[in-house]
Amino acid sequence: MLEIKNLHVKLEEEDKQILKGVNLTVGEGEVHAIMGPNGSGKSTTSYVLAGRDGYEVTEGEALLNGQNLLEMEPEERAAAGLFLAFQYPVEIPGVGNMTFLRTAVNAQRKARGEDELSATEFLKVVREKAKSLKIDADMLKRPVNVGFSGGEKKRNEILQMAMLEPKLCILDETDSGLDVDAMKLVSEGVNALRDGKRSFVVITHYQRLLDHIKPDVVHIMSAGRIIKSGGPELALEVEHNGYADLLAEQEQA
Amino acid sequence: MTRAEMKQRKLDATSERVLGMVMPQGAPWANDLRQDALNRLLSMGLPQGRDEYWRWTKPDSLTAETPTQAAVFHSDDTPIFTALDRLKLVFVDGVFDAAASDALEGENLEVMRLTDALSSDIHWIKDAYGALEKRAQDPVDRPLATLNTAFATDGIVIRATGPVSRPVSLIYLHKDESSDAILHHVIKLDAGAELTLLENGPAAARFNKVMEIEVADGARFHHVRAQGRDHERRAVTHLFASVGSDAAFKSFTMTANGVLTRNEVFIDIVGDDSVAHVAGAAMGDGDFLHDDTVFITHAGLRCESRQVFKKVLRNGAKGVFQGKILVKQAAQKTDGYQISQGLLLDDDSQFLAKPELEIYADDVACSHGSTVGAINEDALFYLQSRGVPHAEATDLLTLAFLAEAIDEIEDEAISADILDRLEGWLARRRG
Ligand SMILES: Nc1ncnc2c1ncn2[C@@H]1O[C@H](COP(=O)(O)OP(=O)(O)O)[C@@H](O)[C@H]1O
Ligand SMILES: [Mg+2]
Repeated sequence: MLEIKNLHVKLEEEDKQILKGVNLTVGEGEVHAIMGPNGSGKSTTSYVLAGRDGYEVTEGEALLNGQNLLEMEPEERAAAGLFLAFQYPVEIPGVGNMTFLRTAVNAQRKARGEDELSATEFLKVVREKAKSLKIDADMLKRPVNVGFSGGEKKRNEILQMAMLEPKLCILDETDSGLDVDAMKLVSEGVNALRDGKRSFVVITHYQRLLDHIKPDVVHIMSAGRIIKSGGPELALEVEHNGYADLLAEQEQA
Repeated sequence: MTRAEMKQRKLDATSERVLGMVMPQGAPWANDLRQDALNRLLSMGLPQGRDEYWRWTKPDSLTAETPTQAAVFHSDDTPIFTALDRLKLVFVDGVFDAAASDALEGENLEVMRLTDALSSDIHWIKDAYGALEKRAQDPVDRPLATLNTAFATDGIVIRATGPVSRPVSLIYLHKDESSDAILHHVIKLDAGAELTLLENGPAAARFNKVMEIEVADGARFHHVRAQGRDHERRAVTHLFASVGSDAAFKSFTMTANGVLTRNEVFIDIVGDDSVAHVAGAAMGDGDFLHDDTVFITHAGLRCESRQVFKKVLRNGAKGVFQGKILVKQAAQKTDGYQISQGLLLDDDSQFLAKPELEIYADDVACSHGSTVGAINEDALFYLQSRGVPHAEATDLLTLAFLAEAIDEIEDEAISADILDRLEGWLARRRG
């Protein structure tokens, strides 16, 4: 599904290397978690995969089902099946949430050569999915993320994900700022999308999200590299001991 | 040169300029009003580039003896407002076309051609012609409006005596590439009357239009105009309004293209508990200068005014906004809002704004803001990351930028027509 090979990334405007050789392979239907201290390059990895400006790839590649992601426009990556749930979802005054969702869904369908959804079809699907995420009609009408609470923004990300039905979902700290109930809602939303084929990369600081969304593999990222990978027990280890031991281990090696 | 010498030069140039102009003749009272306007013009002088009020918009092409030619723009699109049930009044290069227009009649409506009204003996028109224009000369001279009162060759006079259900639609066709049109409309809404006025079309190579509107107590006036798409046209328009108590005045203007457009709006809220909203959405590409100059005076209690002006500019287009809210001492509990914003789609374009508040009452809530900027990159990336292509995402954000102005249009069908035009303008420019 996703193959990241020796990815090196620096900032375009500054001489600052952020990713220093990231390697990651996510198979079909797998859930991978990436944990790591603040500033280690987790968000940068997800932004570079999604195609945000401001970064320069100096080495390495990233493939989605064999397609070279790094040569595609952000919208082409989306149409190819990549979805990033933002750590900080963007507010767009003047664009209604519903218009936004419909535009996105239809743009992707068009890019894949499918027919656009009719207004009624779309409405039916969106209402149903919104309901399970406890997103009310008012939130659908309001401008995108404007005046939304932290939790509402994150639920709105999951709604978009559910509507767009991507092949690979990257969740960047979707759990941060969520209370226990909201975390449950979001996790259920994510789990509902697990169908054995769709793959997930879950970036988080906390083990607690991984209690709900069970990962197959856990990776630890530090200073622009993945320094250790393991099973779900690795997350528990981090939860108990913090990153210090792992980092020390890394230095010794 | 001293100030006095400069002023004298200006006045000399003005008398030379207007000397050859023919003042249309009507009833003696009308001729007197026109002569009075001419005298006022001769003592204030036509605008010049060094005038403070014209520092960003050069008036030369508006005051020149002959208009610069403007090619007639042909489009296969259905004209705007076509689908609405309306009373159509057509002007071709500034001349009323009775054959192309509907009959001058309607429920709760008196409609007359200006030239007929100024030759008649209708009491209220005697009091109205040029009256609001004259009153609006303080504190700033608006000489092109005074010129209009003196020399207007045509126009329409409308009186609404009650609710008018069908909008009155003024259609300005442009067929002659060197036409020079001066139109003057006088509109009066009696107490409790309601009227929607639509305007569309480029009108002429050069267009000078004045509209005087009196909105009596409890009356509601809605105005929506779409200034024509002809690239080379020039226009200076003045809207003068007096608003009574418990009344509403709402005006929205869409401008797409035109080398020069100066829209002045002057509203006097004289009554209590009234609202006055003026809004504009302008789109310019290339050789385009669009100037909104607005002056709203609050004299009554508990009135609300809003000025919402948005300009989308690209390829060196220039946008200007000069807006003022004046709150007189007696105008307590005034709620005044003003926003002017420029969206620059490239580095060559420019937006200049001069927002002003002048407040003499102590219990008021007034706010104003002005911003200029480019498309928000984060929002653009967010949309793209959801699969919306760059060009489509840019258009969506551009329309979002204009939304606050378009929201000022109350009627949904009219609003949809305007939105359709804006979308078309953007779609034609998609890379
Ligand atoms: N656009 C940027 N400008 C400046 N510094 C950046 C930018 N993006 C990332 N960084 C820096 O790169 C490093 C990694 O950041 P980030 O990927 O956000 O880490 P994480 O998500 O793991 O907390 C940090 O030091 C951060 O300050
Ligand atoms: Mg991060």
